[in-house]
Amino acid sequence: MPIREAVSEVLRARIEGLEFSEFRGRTRVVVPAGRLLDALRLLRDECGFDFLADITCVDYLNYRGARDRFGLVYQLASLASNERLVLRVPLNEPDLVVPSATGLWEAANWLEREVWDMFGIRFEGHPDPRRILLPEEFTAHPLRKDYPLQGRGERHNFPVLRRRDA
Amino acid sequence: MPLTPISDARPRQASRDYLWTLNFGPQHPATHTTLRLLLQLDGERVVDAVPDIGYLHSGFEKIGEHLDYNQYVTVTDRMNYISPMANNVAWHEAVERLLGIELTRRCQYIRVIVAELARISDHLLCVGAMGLDTGAFTFFLYAFYQRERIYDIFETLCGARFTNSYTRVGGLMHDITPAAIDRIRAFLEDFPHTLEDMERLLNRNRIFVDRTKGVGLLSREEAIQRGASGPIARASGVTRDLRKDEPYLSYADFDFQVCCAQAGDCFARYYVRMAEMRESLRIVRQAVDNLPAGPVNVGVDERTTLPSKQQVYQTIEGTITHFELVMSNRGFVVPCDELYTAIEAPNGELGFYLVGDGGDVAYRARCRPPSFVHFALFPHLIRGHTLSDVVAVLGSLNIIAAELDR
Repeated sequence: MPIREAVSEVLRARIEGLEFSEFRGRTRVVVPAGRLLDALRLLRDECGFDFLADITCVDYLNYRGARDRFGLVYQLASLASNERLVLRVPLNEPDLVVPSATGLWEAANWLEREVWDMFGIRFEGHPDPRRILLPEEFTAHPLRKDYPLQGRGERHNFPVLRRRDA
Repeated sequence: MPLTPISDARPRQASRDYLWTLNFGPQHPATHTTLRLLLQLDGERVVDAVPDIGYLHSGFEKIGEHLDYNQYVTVTDRMNYISPMANNVAWHEAVERLLGIELTRRCQYIRVIVAELARISDHLLCVGAMGLDTGAFTFFLYAFYQRERIYDIFETLCGARFTNSYTRVGGLMHDITPAAIDRIRAFLEDFPHTLEDMERLLNRNRIFVDRTKGVGLLSREEAIQRGASGPIARASGVTRDLRKDEPYLSYADFDFQVCCAQAGDCFARYYVRMAEMRESLRIVRQAVDNLPAGPVNVGVDERTTLPSKQQVYQTIEGTITHFELVMSNRGFVVPCDELYTAIEAPNGELGFYLVGDGGDVAYRARCRPPSFVHFALFPHLIRGHTLSDVVAVLGSLNIIAAELDR
């Protein structure tokens, strides 16, 4: 269901530059990267969106009608009213940096590490900014659209042990 | 580029040099799947734990950008392979919401039946393995025999025991058969007795209770703060169940309860899972008794499911629909938009964030795996407990590495 009028009014009044849209009964808000933490804190503390379900990213390279390269997506939910809200942060190269939400939700820790791993978006203030699924030696961010399905390159860089040298 | 072992995030302090570092996994009988933990031990007490994941990373989300909406269901089987049916249902629920397809009542009921059977199967594995790790081998055998029977039911339904791939966009692979219904009814008849036996084995078992009560405490505030969902959150007193809170499929039709506990320890998580199996049985019984008649797939005019062979050969609509669907980039009408849909999978909130771009392949198919969020809880839960509690906490979280790493 769409979010309450009161919530969108509070958001509009306190944070400038928001764009609201709706699709299949879900409300989405586009937030500029600079106001992300303010928006998240406002939603958590004053609007009851106390559950961070997911953080993910979409690479809009070659997407029809896209204005920005990346869209960082925060899925918020309210346990009391069962509303859901999607926050989207447009990001463009070269400044792929957003403030980390780990101070607000501990759940953001691994989710942000995964976004860094797969998309190369840095989270400023993250307590443990390492890769999570791929090895530290990996050089690329494979869920970007310019990364091929068959990742050539990385595997060739791995050291090869031959039987006669071993 | 050298391959170095991944070091602990925090540098070692010289004053704490007496601490042991223990490497737990990735191949260890008690991790059940490919997990690796770096434990810092003070004697037998765990001072810190650093999970190291990614051993089973297979790029499922990248593959999702190259397989179409029907093909990808085979990959979802391999995410949480303990309850593949629930993943199938979650995936196609997300696709159908994005495409705006309204399922038939019969299809909704059958999906509820298979999803709840998958929940029982998943919980049986979780509590069974937890019992096994804490020394209750008989309990494990009781659980696994019943899981085998659920596999038999799935085999009758779709021919596959393990990787079912049962759902399709707008319908199912096959309609449910009377033989499958007979098997489900027989299971409904017998399983409560086994469940009672299992409860008698462990609920008041001194060894099991001592090893799980008060271990791995998670308070309600922390559960919310750390994104816990499903039985783990409910064991900490979070009354959230997407089947009730955001009713999908036909869950609004059924009478069932949300099982919660207050304690938030390993025993509470075990207890909630045992209680949920009973509720799932109630749902399955109601769904089987009231199974609506009628078609299982959406109509030919909607052009989303492959029509039956009879329709293809004998009607022009059937032929055209078949042609449109098997040709690439025809058939599905996909909006250029994005949507997050979550269902209550056995382990917690299993969501898919789909971005459609008009083609029949998702532009982005993000999976929100419950195991991933729950494994991040692990260091918090184990800190201060003993080494032998590691397996109890791991067992109560039910971490499935294939879903964790995708």
